[in-house]
Amino acid sequence: MSLDAAAVRRIAKLAHIRLEEPEVETLRNELNAILGYVEQLAEVDVEGVAPLSGGALVAPRARDDVVTDGEIAEAILANAPAREGQFFAVPKVVE
Amino acid sequence: MSPTDWTIAEAGRALAAREVSAVELTAAHNAAIAALNPRLNAFITVTPEQAIAQAEAADQAIAGGAAGPLTGIPIAIKDLFCTAGVRTTAASRILEPFVPPYESTVTGQLLAAGAVFLGKANLDEFAMGSSNITSGFGPVESPWRRGGSDAKLVPGGSSGGSAAAVAARMAMGATGTDTGGSIRQPAAFCGLAGMKPTYGRCSRFGVIAFASSLDQPGPLARTVEDCAILLGAMAGFDARDSTSADRPVPDFRAAVGRGIKGLRIGVPAEYFVAGMNEEIGALWQAGISWARDAGAEIVEIALPHTKYGLPVYYIVAPAEASSNLARYDGVRYGARVEGEDLIDMYERTRAAGFGAEVKRRIMIGTYVLSAGYYDAYYLRAQKIRALILRDFTKAFAKVDAILTPTAPSAAFGIGEKMDDPVTMYLNDVFTVPASLAGVPAMSIPAGLSAEGLPLGLQIIGRHFDEETVFAVGRALERAAGFNAKPAVMAGGNA
Amino acid sequence: MSYTLEGATGAWEVVVGLEVHAQVISQSKLFSGASATYGGAPNAHVSFIDAGFPGMLPVINQECIAQAVRTGLGLAARINLTSRFDRKNYFYADLPNGYQISQFAHPIVGAGVVEIELADGTIKEIGITRLHLEQDAGKSMHDQHPAQSVIDLNRAGVALMEIVSEPDIRSPEEAGAYVRKLRQILRYLGTCDGNMEEGSMRADVNVSVRRHGEDFRTRCEIKNVNSVRFVMHAVEAEAKRQIEVWEAGGMVSQETRLYDPARGETRSMRSKEDAHDYRYFPEPDLLPLVLDEAFVAGLKAALPELPDDKRRRFTAQYGIPFYDAGVLVAEQAMADFYETVAKGRDARLAANWITGDFFAAMNRISGASIENPPVSAAALGALLDLITDKTINGRIAKDVFEAMLETGKSPAAIVEERGLRQVTDTGAIETAVAAVLAGNPDKVAEYKAGKDKLFGFFVGQTMKAMGGKGNPALVNEAVKARLG
Repeated sequence: MSLDAAAVRRIAKLAHIRLEEPEVETLRNELNAILGYVEQLAEVDVEGVAPLSGGALVAPRARDDVVTDGEIAEAILANAPAREGQFFAVPKVVE
Repeated sequence: MSPTDWTIAEAGRALAAREVSAVELTAAHNAAIAALNPRLNAFITVTPEQAIAQAEAADQAIAGGAAGPLTGIPIAIKDLFCTAGVRTTAASRILEPFVPPYESTVTGQLLAAGAVFLGKANLDEFAMGSSNITSGFGPVESPWRRGGSDAKLVPGGSSGGSAAAVAARMAMGATGTDTGGSIRQPAAFCGLAGMKPTYGRCSRFGVIAFASSLDQPGPLARTVEDCAILLGAMAGFDARDSTSADRPVPDFRAAVGRGIKGLRIGVPAEYFVAGMNEEIGALWQAGISWARDAGAEIVEIALPHTKYGLPVYYIVAPAEASSNLARYDGVRYGARVEGEDLIDMYERTRAAGFGAEVKRRIMIGTYVLSAGYYDAYYLRAQKIRALILRDFTKAFAKVDAILTPTAPSAAFGIGEKMDDPVTMYLNDVFTVPASLAGVPAMSIPAGLSAEGLPLGLQIIGRHFDEETVFAVGRALERAAGFNAKPAVMAGGNA
Repeated sequence: MSYTLEGATGAWEVVVGLEVHAQVISQSKLFSGASATYGGAPNAHVSFIDAGFPGMLPVINQECIAQAVRTGLGLAARINLTSRFDRKNYFYADLPNGYQISQFAHPIVGAGVVEIELADGTIKEIGITRLHLEQDAGKSMHDQHPAQSVIDLNRAGVALMEIVSEPDIRSPEEAGAYVRKLRQILRYLGTCDGNMEEGSMRADVNVSVRRHGEDFRTRCEIKNVNSVRFVMHAVEAEAKRQIEVWEAGGMVSQETRLYDPARGETRSMRSKEDAHDYRYFPEPDLLPLVLDEAFVAGLKAALPELPDDKRRRFTAQYGIPFYDAGVLVAEQAMADFYETVAKGRDARLAANWITGDFFAAMNRISGASIENPPVSAAALGALLDLITDKTINGRIAKDVFEAMLETGKSPAAIVEERGLRQVTDTGAIETAVAAVLAGNPDKVAEYKAGKDKLFGFFVGQTMKAMGGKGNPALVNEAVKARLG
């Protein structure tokens, strides 16, 4: 499977990364090199193998339902690049 | 010998004996950083005043008889650990202005143990790299040089700033994180010991995520024992991390001196693979002999899916990263580049904030998870990951530890291996399988290349059996007698 | 007769499936310890986890798991002892992590069923496909500032149950009945307050149309409809729109739409037009969710009686009509009120009073509700006791009830104060009857000539003469005796 320029642009769109036109070709080559490298996985027989999604060998746990956090609006907002009073602010969204 | 040259164990004894104060020890390291960091760029942020304040508190604790093995020990913190009130960047421009209002569990435990934080160590951006070239705050230069050459070398990565700082005696130890080799490979390149514990041994809470199912904090230091001391404070159950293991923390330091008589040590044939140079092969053979001489039984084992580790890793890690890094959108924290609308703001912010390697990995990760490709890439990779774990499980039915080289070569020059991403990725070929399986693994300094550069050996253990790894590590460290010093270090290389 | 819409070219059947998002009742959020309470100052109920700060990790709330299981049990659904969380990846300003933690491939609850009742009394089963747990997003507000949208993350991370129905719904009425029934069950279970105004329950409505006997055609999803009435209107409006498209020779394209209640129409959501590719994958920060059988059995044993069961029991135990039982079990609190009043009393009389005068009063008096009733169950019971022991008659009881509403006094006190005790003195009754008959000789003649229905007139006149206080049975007897 080899990516064309349109696929690179589509992926960048999904990832929300702006690409300047000259970057498309560079990335296309790099991504295809990586995809070419991982292609060897196709030769492994994985019939009947259950996928392993995580490294943790621990018992599942859950929290008690008590309020232990929050009520720190100022700390939540302190790093915001833009705010409007106690809200985060972003460019206007038209729905 | 300058205090900056002491091990943590030695410094602990000197502090306890009042031969030196924590403030003096910290001041010496602050001075080393001031002298060397402008050149090596091992730290992104230094906190000398805060360090002195912490050292003063440590001196009081020592005076009050309340000192532990890390009280007053100056260390470097990889800039992936959130530190309350101290800027934390992940070496990314997108987090350049970020000051976390919270402390990671691991650094919190180190502070509670009395450690002194000298500053935030440089790394590959978001820990994505094996060379520290990808840092948004400039590459780290290794303090090591090839014999007779002044070419600048990489310290390895991603914990390259941590490794360079410890090797150059700017810190006595450091925290690192290891996702596919990011502690072990820079430890090998810089002549250090570095331990990636079992997944779940150290809390990931407050550690900026690269690939959640692989990331694991761990220590880098100049000796195996120092790593054990550091890990003792870093490890432990944390209810805030659902993948943290609720197990007691063993006395790692006590395990270091256990000896390895009667242990069975596995040597996997599959690691004699492409890309390994002769020197590495010879070092491995030497390691096998040292282990045998120390009383261990050498057992040939098979890890048949080893060669698929790297391609599996380069699907799983970018997939998780593409999702983990979606939060850097210029809305709640970090840098923002304004745009015409919300989407344009996102795209410009992320284009400007992320470096090339991070973008590549986000793109690959996005692609392998996307509709129509998930099964062929991500799901298949997860199945092969299960096979890799199965390989280790079978092997550990026969052996107590596994011995391999850490990296396929010694450190390379800044600017080398940059032709295409895959060449760089091959650095991780020996370290990635243990990461995928979640088992503990450490690199110990084992020798020098013909060019005079450090080479490491890797010891892999069973899940939650870091103690055996430390014991084997110490036995090999003792046999190797590594005592070379880098060209650039505090107090000069006498 | 099944519901169809007439287009220019013939009849169309409507096919509807609903995805209801129900906010779980819990103290804290699904994956953080911040408060799940509605409202609050902007960004107050927010932890660093909810705001997606670097290095933050989710830890699941045990009570939210239990609530999902209770709901699954209440929907007669399969409980999956192993389920898993996945990340649903998309960018939006009020989605802090750039992904929502949800359950895609392995939900906690599988197939179940809900019974709905239609206006004509028909009972229909609507299949439940699945129920899964997920996080809510924050709130973007677009009208607070001319150039900017502002974000409040108080809702971000609150636990939701997404309850997905099969496309079994065939009319706006069925859609409305389904949402009401689901809401009723969740409220009984105590797993969601069902408050649609506050957004605790909202529906994504999937609508398509087809000719009778056809396979499904393309559907559109109408997002975030927040009242039962709007769900019904949206189904009808969207079905009509699609019929027009098909009949004009066009194709309905699969898309996300919004219902505009002011215009009574649906419109395409431009901001959601990007073809979404959610890139689901297992959430690596959480382990699979594993429940043990004993945990599920414990929750099952502690489930409250659900409305359908309660309704059947009321009908059997209290001998009241099935319809009335349905009205009384609409809300748990209502059913409890009824049972308190009916206990040890004439249960049918209690049902009549509650569905009659009591409901009327509750609807009339502002601020009254079953939680804040216009008269207490004990007071209403005391009133019924006065009827049963013949202290007052039913007619006078209505006056006493009104006086209870006005004064808040006990019925006995009102009867005493106002002298409303009914007259059972046969002498006094006979005197009154005699006077009525004497005063209406022409009517008496007509009655005797065969106009039987005048009997009621004589009784009524007698009661009136006695100020309503006559014992109705004795008055009847006396009239009958006099007229021979």
